[in-house]
Amino acid sequence: MAQYIVKRIALAIITLFVVSTFTFFLMFLVPGGPFLSEKAPSPATLKALEEKYGLNLPVTQQYKNYMLRLLKGDLGTSLKQRGREVNNIIATRFPVSAKIGAVAILIAVTVGVTLGSIAALNRGKLLDSIIIFFSTCGIAVPGFVVCTVLMYILGLKLNLLPTFGLTSGRHYIMPVIALAFYPMSYISRLMRSCMLDVLNQDYMRTAKAKGLSQWKALFKHALRNAILPVVTYLGPLLAYTLTGSFIVEKIFTIPGLGDSFISSITGRDYPLIMGTTIFLAFLIITMNVIVDIIYKLVDPRIKLS
Amino acid sequence: MSEYLVDIRNLRLSFFTPAGEVKALNDVSIQMKQGEVLGIVGESGSGKSVTAYSLMGLVPEPGRIISGTIDFNGHRVTEMTEKQLREMRGNEISIIFQDPMTSLNPVYTIGNQIEEVILLHTTKDRKAARERALELLNLVGINEPHKRLRQYPHELSGGMRQRVMIAIALACEPKLLIADEPTTALDVTIQAQILELMNDLRKKIGMSIIMITHDLGVVASMCEKIAVMYAGKIVEYGTAEEIFYNPQHEYTKGLLMSIPKLNATEHEKLIPIEGTPVDMLMPPQGCPFAPRCNSCMKICLREMPPYTDINADHYSACWLLQKEAYESLKGGVAQ
Repeated sequence: MAQYIVKRIALAIITLFVVSTFTFFLMFLVPGGPFLSEKAPSPATLKALEEKYGLNLPVTQQYKNYMLRLLKGDLGTSLKQRGREVNNIIATRFPVSAKIGAVAILIAVTVGVTLGSIAALNRGKLLDSIIIFFSTCGIAVPGFVVCTVLMYILGLKLNLLPTFGLTSGRHYIMPVIALAFYPMSYISRLMRSCMLDVLNQDYMRTAKAKGLSQWKALFKHALRNAILPVVTYLGPLLAYTLTGSFIVEKIFTIPGLGDSFISSITGRDYPLIMGTTIFLAFLIITMNVIVDIIYKLVDPRIKLS
Repeated sequence: MSEYLVDIRNLRLSFFTPAGEVKALNDVSIQMKQGEVLGIVGESGSGKSVTAYSLMGLVPEPGRIISGTIDFNGHRVTEMTEKQLREMRGNEISIIFQDPMTSLNPVYTIGNQIEEVILLHTTKDRKAARERALELLNLVGINEPHKRLRQYPHELSGGMRQRVMIAIALACEPKLLIADEPTTALDVTIQAQILELMNDLRKKIGMSIIMITHDLGVVASMCEKIAVMYAGKIVEYGTAEEIFYNPQHEYTKGLLMSIPKLNATEHEKLIPIEGTPVDMLMPPQGCPFAPRCNSCMKICLREMPPYTDINADHYSACWLLQKEAYESLKGGVAQ
C-alpha cells in the first residue's frame, strides 16, 4: 500500500508538470491579452503594465519564471483582480463551490443509487419506466435549462426560494438540485444496469437459498457488488463537482471557483488560468487515488499496483 | 405425520414466458424417506433442477406452480408464507449449486459467508459462529481452516470453493441436502473427491440427499433411488440396481447405452439417442419421448402412457409396458 501511494505521488507530480507546461504554452497561443478592454489603454500604459507583470519577456523566460515560483507553491498574482494572489482567490472561492458540490454529490449518490436499485428490482414495471424516463431527461437536458426552469418555477412563480447569493440554507437548495441533477441521473442509470446484472448472479441465488430475506440479500450481497462502477465514476465526478460549475454559479450568482475558471480564460488572466487548471488537475489526481483505494476496500479482488 | 421426508404429489409447474407457457413440470410425484439418497437424472431442461428448487420455494421467475402439493417433513411447502420458507431454507433444506466459481459472493470472506447462515438460523453469537465455521471447514476437509476463513473466494481453487459451499450447506445440519450438479464444473479428480466427501458426510450426519445430475456415473456411486426425468415428467423410477440392470423405459435404456464402457474396443462407437429434446413450448400430445423412440407405436403419439409398476420400488411410464395396449397394437408401429 505504501509503495503504491509513493508511486502514485510520483506519477501525480509528472502529470501536474505536463499539464502546467501544456496549459502555459497553449495559453499564449490564444490571441488577445489581459489588459485589452473596450477602452484601449495607451501604448505607454500597456508597456508599463506588461513590464510590471513580466509579460514583455520571451515566453520561454516567462515559463521558467513561472515554474520556479510554482515549485515554491506560489501561483502568482491575478492580472484582472489587481493585487490579489491566485492562491488567495482559490482559497476563498473553492470552499464555496466545494460546499455546494459536496452536498450535491451526496444527494446524487444516495438518490441515484436508490432510484437505480428500485428500477432494477421493478424491471419492466411502471416504476422502472418512470425512473428511466426521468434519468434519461436528467442526462439529456443541459444544465442551464435545469437552472432556468428551477429559477422560473421555484423562484419566480411560486416565490419559494431565493434566486441568488448564498446567505442562508435555503439559498443552497436550487444550486444543489441543479448541480446534482445530471450525476444523479447518470448514477441511477448506471446503478440500474449493474444491479440487474448482479441480481442474476449465482451468489444471489446462494443468498436466497441460505434463507436471507430479499432486503438482507439486497443490502449485503447485491449492493456492494453493484456499486463498484459508481465508485469508479465518483473520482472525476468529485473533482469536477467540488470545483464548481460555471453555469450554476453564474446563474445563481455564487462566488465560487467554477466562475473563476471561465472568466479567467475570457479575461486572459494568465496566472489565474494556470492556477485553476493546476488546482483542478491536482484535485482529479487526488480523487482518483482516493477512489482507487476505496475500490480496493469494496472489492478485495482488486490489486493496487 | 407422513412417513416421507419429501412428498411431492402431482406437481405441475409452468413458466409463463413472452413466447408462451412452458410446461416445465408435468405431473411430477416423488416420495423420499429420511436418510435416502435420490438421484434425479435427465438432460438439460428436463425439469430436474426446477423440481428441487420448488421444494425450497425457490421457483425462478416467471415460474408458477399450477397444481399439486409439496410436503417436506410433514409441512406443506406449497402453503408456507415467505417467512416460513426463509426459516426452512439453509436450515432444514440446503442446496449446493453447480458452479462454485460464481456461487460465492466475491466481496466477502469465506468466514463471513459461512457464519452468515449460522447467525441467521441459530442463536449462536459471532464467536460461536466462527468456531462452528472452523469446525465445518475441518469437516469438509479444507486444510489451514484458520487462514481460509479470512480469505476471499478468488483466492481458493474450484474444488475448495465447492467444499466451502458444502460447509455452508451443512452449517445448520439440514435434514435434506440438494446437490444440483455439484461436480459438473469441476475436473474429474476433484469430482471424485467431492463425491467421496458427500458420501462420508451423509454417513456422519445422516441427512437425505437429492442428487441432480446428468452424469449416470455420479448417481451410480451415490444414490439408492433414481428418478429419470424427461420433458418435465418422471419417466422411470427405481432403485439404482433396477435402473442400471433392469431399465424399462426406452429413454433410460438409451441413456445407459450412451455411456462409454471401459471394456469397449477402440473402434466401438457410442450409441447416442437420436433426435433433439422436446420443444417445451409445444410438447407433443402423447409420450414426450415418442418422436425419438425406436419402439414408438401409434398410441405413443396420441396418449400419455400411465405408470406401470414393475415391482414395489420400480415404475415406468411407457406404453410398451402396458400389456393390453401392447397386445392390441402389436405390429402397428407408427414409423
